[in-house]
Amino acid sequence: MNQTLDTLRALGRGDKAADRVVPPTGFTARLTLFAAGAMAFLAVFALALSLAAGRLASNWGDELARSSTVRISAPAGQMVAQTSAALRLLQQTPGVASARALSEAEQQALLAPWFGPELPVDQLPVPQLIEVQETAQGYDPAGLRLRLQAEVPGAVLDDHARWRRPLAQAAGRLTLLGWVSAGLIAAAVGAMVTLAANAALAANAQVIAVLRLVGATDNYIARAFVRRFTLRALIGAAAGTALGVVAVLLMPSGGETAGFLTGLGFQGWHWVMPALIPPLAGAVAFAATAVAARRVLGGLS
Amino acid sequence: MIELENVAYSYGGAELLSELSLQLAPGTFHFLTGPSGAGKTTLLKLCYGALRPTSGQARIFGQDVRQMGRDDIAMSRRRIGVVHQDCAFLDHLAVHENVALPLTVSGQAVAGQAENLRELLAWVGLTERATALPPELSGGERQRAALARAVIMSPEVILADEPTGNVDWEMSQRLLQLLVELNRMGKTVLIATHDLSLIRAAKSQVQARVLRIANRRIATAGADL
Repeated sequence: MNQTLDTLRALGRGDKAADRVVPPTGFTARLTLFAAGAMAFLAVFALALSLAAGRLASNWGDELARSSTVRISAPAGQMVAQTSAALRLLQQTPGVASARALSEAEQQALLAPWFGPELPVDQLPVPQLIEVQETAQGYDPAGLRLRLQAEVPGAVLDDHARWRRPLAQAAGRLTLLGWVSAGLIAAAVGAMVTLAANAALAANAQVIAVLRLVGATDNYIARAFVRRFTLRALIGAAAGTALGVVAVLLMPSGGETAGFLTGLGFQGWHWVMPALIPPLAGAVAFAATAVAARRVLGGLS
Repeated sequence: MIELENVAYSYGGAELLSELSLQLAPGTFHFLTGPSGAGKTTLLKLCYGALRPTSGQARIFGQDVRQMGRDDIAMSRRRIGVVHQDCAFLDHLAVHENVALPLTVSGQAVAGQAENLRELLAWVGLTERATALPPELSGGERQRAALARAVIMSPEVILADEPTGNVDWEMSQRLLQLLVELNRMGKTVLIATHDLSLIRAAKSQVQARVLRIANRRIATAGADL
């Protein structure tokens, strides 16, 4: 623990001399940078996917859960009577905030996309729609359905749950998948850095032997490697994150009709999340190299 | 300073050294000789904690090697200057940086020791080669650089494994001179060598004990040397 703190402190301070004792390696350095960058790029999308799906799930949950519809199909003569009966019944139902019959004009607007504006709605047996707003507690849909059946035979309650539930479930799964991907990416960064660090430690066996001979502690030797790999992961991840964010910004915006795909992106405080990727990658690299270095050095004489 | 008591060491079952006792008292000068393969290098490694005895007890500055952790060993290396037989350096650093490496790794400011470093390089005759890289040095230059690196921390003990193996007679005399002077300053010196003329040359300048490894044991060599 103390060693880790020491290493962290030295990492912040920087030690030019300690950095120089390990020979520079151009090729593996570039590979580590590239891999960290690519992983960060993917992480941005995993996060965006996860957050967008989460947003979608909660939007659907919020908006749809608070409203439902009662549809009344009755012979023309009974329509008005049944509508007012249904409205009365709804207003007495606990958990219903308001109930309102849609006007003819509103119904026409709803049907216009399918039948065109010329449709003479008043001459067709179009069912009457009642928009129901729930209170936060909500009502009991099964009870309401039974009472409607008894008092308003032509009424059908649609609480949207039927099609809302699978969609919300799918969105929830997508969120989970996004987070699992982000976790896998972090683990892959750790594995990649461990491999690179092991290779570097093996390639520098002679350097380590010389350093031991002149009295360098394991901590000092480990620091030279840890610092190097942490910085590489940090820089690579920063570049990858920047590119990923630019790519997300370049996604075509769906504007008002934003659906799921066009809604892929960050909103509000969620913009903080991609900014966390580089430090996280650095932390993963730090831990991976520290563990690898201690294991390798501990095995030496 | 360094004590070996009834020490044995075996590589994979075959015993190389056994029932070996040795005491390096402060300010003494020892030569260690014997045929190659007799275990001179192994004995030196036991003295600086690179190897742990398979039986018996080794103490470095009063501490039992078995009880010393890796960091304790590292710390003891700062008080023991080692000239390795193969003179390994950091090949990407210039000679002067390699010589100053013990200062660097122990966290001492090299800048404060610049004068010391310059003098030391002049003493081993490497002033002009200070900015060269180790692979560019000749065998003799490498050994002089290794000696300079071993003494820069002003260690209490200097262990040298064949320090004159690759240098001509004149240079070996200079290196010996350096070690003798260090000994006069109170440092303990142990030199492993099979160069008997070097030992003879030293005997006229310093009171040196000659230890000989033969048949896995150590013995004080006869007066004929």
